[in-house]
This record gives sequence, C-alpha cells and structure tokens, in this order.
Amino acid sequence: MTDVPPDLVAIDVGRLLQRTVTSLYAHLVTRPTGRAVRMAIEAQLQVAGSRSLSLIDLTEVEILDFSCADEVVAKLFEDARANPAHEAFFVLRGVREPHRDQIQVVLERRGLAAVAETSSATFELLGASDEAERRAWGLVEERGLVSDGELSALLPGGEERAALERIVERRLAFRSPTSGRVHALSRLVERLM
Amino acid sequence: MNVIPVPGSLDHQTVDAFLDEVALLGGGRSLFDARHLRWVDPNGMVALLVAGTVAARRQGVVPRLEVPESTDVLGYLSRMAFFEAARDVFELETVPRRRGGGPSDVLLEITSVAANADVHEVVERVQRGAGAILSSKLGYPVTSVVQFSVILSEVCQNIVEHAGAAGWVAAQAYNWARRLGRYVVVISVMDVGQGFRSSLGDEHSARYADRWGDTTALEAAFLHGLTRFADSGRGQGIQQIRRQVQRWNGAIAIRSGTARIGQVPEWDDTPPLVDGLQPFPGAQISIILPARSGT
Repeated sequence: MTDVPPDLVAIDVGRLLQRTVTSLYAHLVTRPTGRAVRMAIEAQLQVAGSRSLSLIDLTEVEILDFSCADEVVAKLFEDARANPAHEAFFVLRGVREPHRDQIQVVLERRGLAAVAETSSATFELLGASDEAERRAWGLVEERGLVSDGELSALLPGGEERAALERIVERRLAFRSPTSGRVHALSRLVERLM
Repeated sequence: MNVIPVPGSLDHQTVDAFLDEVALLGGGRSLFDARHLRWVDPNGMVALLVAGTVAARRQGVVPRLEVPESTDVLGYLSRMAFFEAARDVFELETVPRRRGGGPSDVLLEITSVAANADVHEVVERVQRGAGAILSSKLGYPVTSVVQFSVILSEVCQNIVEHAGAAGWVAAQAYNWARRLGRYVVVISVMDVGQGFRSSLGDEHSARYADRWGDTTALEAAFLHGLTRFADSGRGQGIQQIRRQVQRWNGAIAIRSGTARIGQVPEWDDTPPLVDGLQPFPGAQISIILPARSGT
C-alpha cells in the first residue's frame, strides 16, 4: 500500500525575512520581526492541503535572538497544533551551533519539541522530550519507516509503545492514516533538501 | 543653579553614587561639571545622558554640561559618539569635533534605543566590527559575535518592551591591566522609563503584598524570569542573558529604582544585592565580559 505523504512546503526563512515587511533588516531579532515572519509562514501554509510538512530553512539566517526564535519557531508550532482544520508537521533545517541554544530554549519553555537538521544530513530532536520519547524517535529516525507489524518486535514494552504514540501525537513523526506505518519526518522532507 | 560635580572616575563602580545625587535634585537648572573627569566607561557615559534627561524632566529646563578638560577623555567621548547624543540632552558650550581614524576598541558607539528598528540598528552595527575585537582582545571564538549580538538585542528590547521611554546602549573594550590583568568588554544599557517595579506591578504585586518594591521586582525578573505578560514564552530575555554572561565568566548588574541586583563572578567583589539607593527612574544595566584566561 502506498502512503499519501503530507503536502511538502519549503520555507526559506532568510528569503522570507527579506520579502516581508522587514525587508530592511538582515537579522531575525525582535518580536515584531519574528511575528511578521511567522505570519508570512502561516500564509504560505494556508494554501497547502489539510495536512502539510514544512521544511523551515534557517540556513541563511545569521542572527536569531530568543524573542524572534519564540515567535518564528515556538509560537508557529504552538499555533499550528491549535488549528483543528490543518495538520501541520515541521522540520527545521540549518540549525547550526549559533542558533541551537535559542531554539532549544524557546521550545523547552513551551513544552514543545522539533525535528531539526543540526549538521549536514544529521537530524536531532530539540526541545522538551523524555528519554523514552527520544528512544522511540531515534528508532523511527534510524529506520526511516516502521510498519505496524514491526512495532511489537522493535518496541516490545508498553512504555516504549506509549512513547511512540506520544511522538506521533506531538507530530515528531508521521503515521500514515491508510497503512498505519510511521515515517521519519527527515525522510519525508528529503525531496526538498 | 544646581552644580553636580561629575566624579573624576565615572564607571560601573561609581555610577550609583552619581545617580543617587541626581535623584535628589530639586528645582532650578542643573550644571553637570565634568571638567575634572579623568576616566569614563560606557556606564559613565550613558549615566551622564540619563542623568541629564532626568534633570531636564524634573526641572523643566535643559541642563548644562561642562565638558572634560582632559583631551584623552574628550577623545574617548568623541569616539563613542557621546557628543552627538549629548546635544539632545544638554546645553553644550562647545562640541568637540569627532575624531576619526586609527584602531578602536569601540564595539558599539552610544546608540539611542526607542523602537524595534533601533534594536536592528544595534545588531547591524555590532556585526560590522565587534567580531574582531571579541576574538583579538577577549580570545572568544569567532562565532561569539552571534551570542554577543543576541545579548545586545535582548537587553535593548527590554527598553522597547518594558520601559515606556527611550534609552541608550554602548559597548567598549578596555584593558583592565591593574584590576584584572586582562581585557574586558563593558556594555551599558540604561533608560529613564518606568522601571521594573512599575512594569511588573499590575501582574505580580498582589502576590507579594506589602513586600512589593524595587528589590522584589528585580528578584522576580532577574532570578525567576517573571514578566508582565501572561504568555509562557515571555520573560526569557534576562534569564538567557544571565546564562550567557555566566558562560563567559562575566558580571551583570541591574539597578532599578532603589535597588541593584547582580550576578557576580569570583573576580568581582560587588555585592549581589543592594537596596536603599535613592529612587532613580528606569533601569540601568551593566554587563562586563572578561577576556578568557591566558588571553
């Protein structure tokens, strides 16, 4: 059975920063700037289908402060989760060392987590997660795809299965509604990278 | 005319006493006599501007400033663009000409902060030249300019978001040969707005009842990350600045109203909490970042 993936959306935050009302500014600093960029991202998501997977590319962003990271990343994720009409998944790209701390802090503060490419083709879970969730996410990430049949062998314990359910619920992995297979988000966005 | 003698050395150590004196000013025009100023750091320069602003506000007349006699001090002040800012605050008999050229340890000239656009301007300016100074004088990695910019951005946003009045920011590197045996970067950010007690009062004062005051407000923001916003994502700016300053073994102190709170590294003997200062408007923030050992 072929799974229908979410609609893929590529969002280049550096370019978006230049195109939005903040065109005079080169850096992602201050809340109003972050708010403007977040609204521009949300506008792009509105034209996607009812289920989307966005690659939020921060590669061209030089400076990202905590206030802006809270608006562009944490509030974007939080607002998206609160929207019943649209199931939005996200992967962050280009989260290099100078941005990592800001993103980690703002996600933790709101109890959120995100899949992030932290160096070339290396994905990590940033933000708030427990040990069992990280193990379950790591397993899906390593295999790329886990079928329903494989789950009982790979995750025999009830706690591990519950952790997998949580990472799906938290949109850190994608479960196909048709096959029940669980996909690593990093594999689904490969086409955009 | 009230004559306020500016001390011979006006820096992070002497600035409280100077602002205390300004807080006690009565009516009548003020003259700030800086003729004998021999040493001034960014805290001293920005403190002069906030002092003049407070005097003007209280007395309804622009104060005068007698500029320093020392050509070295005039040179520092010129390089830091002090006189450009001072023209809007003081009546100046003569404005020394800006000196250009030569290597400089200025990371950020005195910059007025009133709106978010000013925060972008600060970050832009720091990006242009701070990296070289941070790595050559302080021995910080090249990428530290990002964290440095983030500190400045967050601390300046504190003015825009909470103060309700304009302020200034400045940063410069110095060789603290006698005091610490190495270079430091001194950052000063001051405003003449409502201060922490007023900013947080509506949201948090009831919980503290009659204990609410400048000290408890500073503790609430500085130690516990409280903010006037209900949003859980807010209030992290000062917390994250503290964390980064600690990573660099630096010192940070905030005065607001009658109290000052700080995070004090082992090389500094400043008390972490001081109260009983004279009530001074706004918030005055000092950050000192030392060179890495062996630099």
